[in-house]
Parts: sequence; C-alpha cells; structure tokens
Amino acid sequence: MELLGDVARWFTDPANWAGSNGVPIRLVEHIAVSGLAIALGGLIALPAGLAIGHTGRGELVSTAVAGLGRAVPSYALLILFVPIFGLGFASALPALVLLAIPPILVNAVASLRDVDAEVVESGRGMGMTEWQVLRGVEIPAALPSIVAGVRTSAVQVVATATLAALVAGGGLGRYIVDGFALQRYDRLVAGALLVALLALLTERGLTALERRLARGGPTAAAGVEALGQPA
Amino acid sequence: MIRWDVIEGNLPLIAAKLGEHLALTGVAVGVGLVLSFGIVLLVRGRRRWVGPTLAVFGIIYTIPSLALLAFLVPFTRLTFLTAEIALVGYTLLILARNLLAGLDAVPADVLEAADAMGYSRVRRLWQVELPLALPLIVAGIRIATVTTIGLVMVTALIGYGGLGQVMLRGYNFRSDSLVVAGFVLTVALALVADLGLGWLGRTIAPWSRARRAGA
Repeated sequence: MELLGDVARWFTDPANWAGSNGVPIRLVEHIAVSGLAIALGGLIALPAGLAIGHTGRGELVSTAVAGLGRAVPSYALLILFVPIFGLGFASALPALVLLAIPPILVNAVASLRDVDAEVVESGRGMGMTEWQVLRGVEIPAALPSIVAGVRTSAVQVVATATLAALVAGGGLGRYIVDGFALQRYDRLVAGALLVALLALLTERGLTALERRLARGGPTAAAGVEALGQPA
Repeated sequence: MIRWDVIEGNLPLIAAKLGEHLALTGVAVGVGLVLSFGIVLLVRGRRRWVGPTLAVFGIIYTIPSLALLAFLVPFTRLTFLTAEIALVGYTLLILARNLLAGLDAVPADVLEAADAMGYSRVRRLWQVELPLALPLIVAGIRIATVTTIGLVMVTALIGYGGLGQVMLRGYNFRSDSLVVAGFVLTVALALVADLGLGWLGRTIAPWSRARRAGA
C-alpha cells in the first residue's frame, strides 16, 4: 500500500498545513461558506416552513419546493450560476443557499403538521393566541424534527461545498480537484479523507443535538424524517 | 442569451451524452436494486444485522460524491467501473430502507395464511410478500433514480457525467447556451423520471394506495 504511505506523508508535511492552500485555511473556507449558506437558507426556510405548517396553507408550495430540491442536481446548479454570478464563492454561495432550503422547509412543515391536534386545540382552548400556540406548543413539540431538517440540509451543503472547487472556489474540495488535475493521488485521497470526515462529523454532531433535544421532552414524530440528497 | 445555433451544432454531442446519462443511471439503479435486494434478504432473517448494515450504507450515503470518486480513482482509475461503484453506493441506502420497510409492512396474518396454504418460503416471497411490498419498493426505485440522475453529473470529473459533460463543456468554452441546455435537460430528465415512476407505482399496485415512502 504505497498510496497509504504517500497520504500519511502528505498529512505530516508541514507545507500542507501552512499558507492559503493549507488545511486550516481550506477547512475554515469550507465551514464558513457552508455555515453561511445554512444560516441564510434557514432564515428563509424556517419562518416559511413554520408559517405553512401552522396555518396549513401553502402546503403546495412546500411540496413543489421538495420536488424541485430533488430534481435539481447540486452540480448543475453550481455550474449554472457561474455565467450569472461569476466564479468561485460568488456562485457557490447562492447555489448552496438554494440547496439548503428544501430539507429545512419540508421538515418544518411536516413536523408541525404531526404535532398532536388535540394538544394544539387545548392550547387554543386555554386562550392562547396563535403566536403563543406556535411558540409554546408547536415548536417545542416539533423541535427534534425541525433540527433533523437542519441536519439533512447541513450534510447536503457541506457535501456540495466540495463541488465549489469545480468552479474555482476554495474549501477542501480544492485538494480533490487539484489532485485530479495534477494526477497527485496523495493530495486527492487526503482531500477525500478530509471531506468525508467533515461530512460525517456534521451528520453525527447534529444527530447528537437532535437526540439531546428529544430526550426528556417530547420525542420526534416517527416517520417525519426524510433522507437528504447526497451531493 | 441562448444561441440556438450553438445548441443545434452540438445536438449530436447532447444526444450522445443524454444516452450516456440514461445508461449510467439505469445500470446504477439496476445493480443497486439487485445488490440491495440480495443484502436485504440476507440480513432480514437476522434482525441484529439490519442496524449495522443500514449504518454502513448511511456512511457511504453521507460521503460527498467527489470524495467517493477520489477514493476509488487510485484503484479503478478513470473507468466506467469507478463511476458505477460510486453511483451504486448511493442507491443502497435508499433501496434497502424501502425494501425493508415494504417487507416489514406485510401483515403477519397474511404470512400465516400463506404458510397455512402450504406456500414454500420462496413462493411466499415472490407471490405474497413482494407484491404487497411493491408500492414501497417502487417508491424507493423512484427516489434512487432521481438521486442518481443528479449524481451522474459529478462523474464528469472522471470523464463520464452524461449531461454533466455538456455543462462542463459549456463552462470550459464559456458557452452559456450549453450550460443552460445541460441544466434544463437534466432537470427535465429528473422530473420525467419522478413523475413517470410515481405513475408506475400507482398503476402496478392499484390494490394498495401508495403510502408515504418513508424516505
């Protein structure tokens, strides 16, 4: 396994940990663009999802968004945006924001819909305003499922951020794309390891958060959780 | 703006890449279905294997496609095989989950009735369990197909990619027309597959209203 040795050497070479193409900078780039995209996507998708889920109106919108989210490949979106927004970060961010929206929106709508209708009604019967019902009853009950949507979205965004390197973006995908171009398998595999690790850690971390939220309090409604898209 | 003359000039390329896209997708979903079916049959008898199997499929599913391809290339090079291993890998979780859910949802009394009628294990599987599980299985195939259509594009990096190759060429030669053509065709392909397989699911199993896919 000559390759394993090469990859190990790549990781121990100080040159790969310094400068603008070093692992720390690439990692920060990757996390920053992903985090920003999830935050912006959540800012759009959460209020919309809560509004649709609470009122029960506009479910057609969330169904359509879910369908489009499935049908539009992340790679395609990324490349489509280059002629519009330009290379790199400028195209990657809007593409990632759009990709972040469907899982958060769909899960928020579904999780609110699955909250026990009698509990919601008794809240209203106690004289709670609609806003109080949403904040005091529905959101706490739906929280684990809502976080599940954020997790799905985050994993997808972190994975897609890798593809940003294809359109001259930064992030950890840089090592993979450059490794391919230069036929440097040590860099290629090292990059793949870093990217896979980040995606798996994102998934595990948010799953743990979800479990914490579910424990003691109301549990996530079974069957709400949908698979995200690999990217 | 879209230049139709560019698209017209590239029609042979677009048609060839569309064919490649369909072939890559078809092979991936076909092989994935056979593989996951075999694995599901293996682990179904031993319940404690189900969790770990799905966990492994889940890990593959979580790995970004670019990284998965990168892991494979040093071993299988820039080949059709590399593309397919990655694509099949992503279908496993979707298909296995739905196969298991479909088979588990068969009511116990139906199985008992089949046993009492003297059905062999194999015959019970083919004539009772699979038909009843069909709506969920087709739902799984539908999701796997639409997902694969998207992922095929990423294999453009290793020289395949179907319509992803059309978009990549448009990107490399600064031809917005090719970028848009590749995009529109891919999304159209995914939507047609989604609607078509949805229709198929409702048609072949009219006795059972397709439940929510759970996936």
